[in-house]
Amino acid sequence: MDATLKVVSISNATIIFDEVKFTTLNNVTNDGIFSSAKTAVTLAIGLIGIMALWLGIMKIAEESGLISKIALLLKPIMTRIFPDVPAEHPAMGAMIMNISANMLGLSNAATPFGLKAMEHLNSLNKKVGTATDAMCTFLVINTSNVQLIPATVIAIRASLGSHNPTEILGAAIVATTVNTIVGVIVVKLLARLKKYKAESVEQRA
Amino acid sequence: MLYAVEIISLLAIPLLIFFIVAYGAMKKVKVYELFVEGAKEGFNVGVRIIPYLVAMLVAIGVFRASGAMDFLATLLSPITKLIGMPAEALPVAIMRPLSGSGTLGLISEVMKTHGPDSLIGRMVSVIMGSGETTFYVLAVYFGSVSISKTRHAVPAGIIADIVGILMSVWIVNWMFG
Repeated sequence: MDATLKVVSISNATIIFDEVKFTTLNNVTNDGIFSSAKTAVTLAIGLIGIMALWLGIMKIAEESGLISKIALLLKPIMTRIFPDVPAEHPAMGAMIMNISANMLGLSNAATPFGLKAMEHLNSLNKKVGTATDAMCTFLVINTSNVQLIPATVIAIRASLGSHNPTEILGAAIVATTVNTIVGVIVVKLLARLKKYKAESVEQRA
Repeated sequence: MLYAVEIISLLAIPLLIFFIVAYGAMKKVKVYELFVEGAKEGFNVGVRIIPYLVAMLVAIGVFRASGAMDFLATLLSPITKLIGMPAEALPVAIMRPLSGSGTLGLISEVMKTHGPDSLIGRMVSVIMGSGETTFYVLAVYFGSVSISKTRHAVPAGIIADIVGILMSVWIVNWMFG
């Protein structure tokens, strides 16, 4: 593609064809599509090591009874948020581990716990390939990111010469608490909508 | 305060691993065998999420590279001005649920230009700290159990994101404005 501007003069009028459209298209095909596809695989492969480590640790925590101990502590809250999941189900323990890891900002540990929780939640799923109410609720808690210490942001602020890098902590905690509460309320309300309800029930009958 | 945060984020993971393994040993479970048994599943999960992640990341990549994201930002700018959100913070808010590294790049840029202690610097910090890469989480979590019908998870997630961003804007204006 000729990248220079083409100027065609017809008597007094001048028509300028600029290259902008071609550049945009180029970005879409190269940067957008291929590098994103590669990134996806790199991310997934990179996750394998971390997954293996934490799933191994999690297995120890499970068998030693540590998880069921923590789960027992949070049982009153969890059974209210996840009424479809039996209180003693292993999904509860995995979800609690995931949420606690997220709160501490340990996202490397949170993902493996979260995926384990999804596996347990899926064992309660009566309709293969369709999300259950509990899964949707769990994901909304995850995406709204209950985080007590946003370490990455604090690090960037410090590196850019902030006089008080941690001053945003309070504001971030309030914002994330509010959106988590709103998220849980919204996900519960949406679950009652006919459209979403029908998708989960049709096979149970 | 900063020092305390650094110490916590540095020590949390080693301490957690040590605590769990020590607890297991104390309870006399077979620590090493159990670890290996659990770790074996790591590979399968990693491979299982690849197709979901490719679909999601390519869609997001095209959305960004095609200029559709900038177009959305232009479209929304009259509304965001009304709620006290500076124009430079809007791309950060749109990027937050799509890409973690993308948001990191944007907020560094904003803070370099305006200073981390400016109102807008604080605002993008709070948006970054209180949000999550929603679409990545959805793709990975649902992908790991092969779920393609996500029902109300996506709309609920997006609503929670919007609430988080509105909350960030409001609280920063209120606390620091």
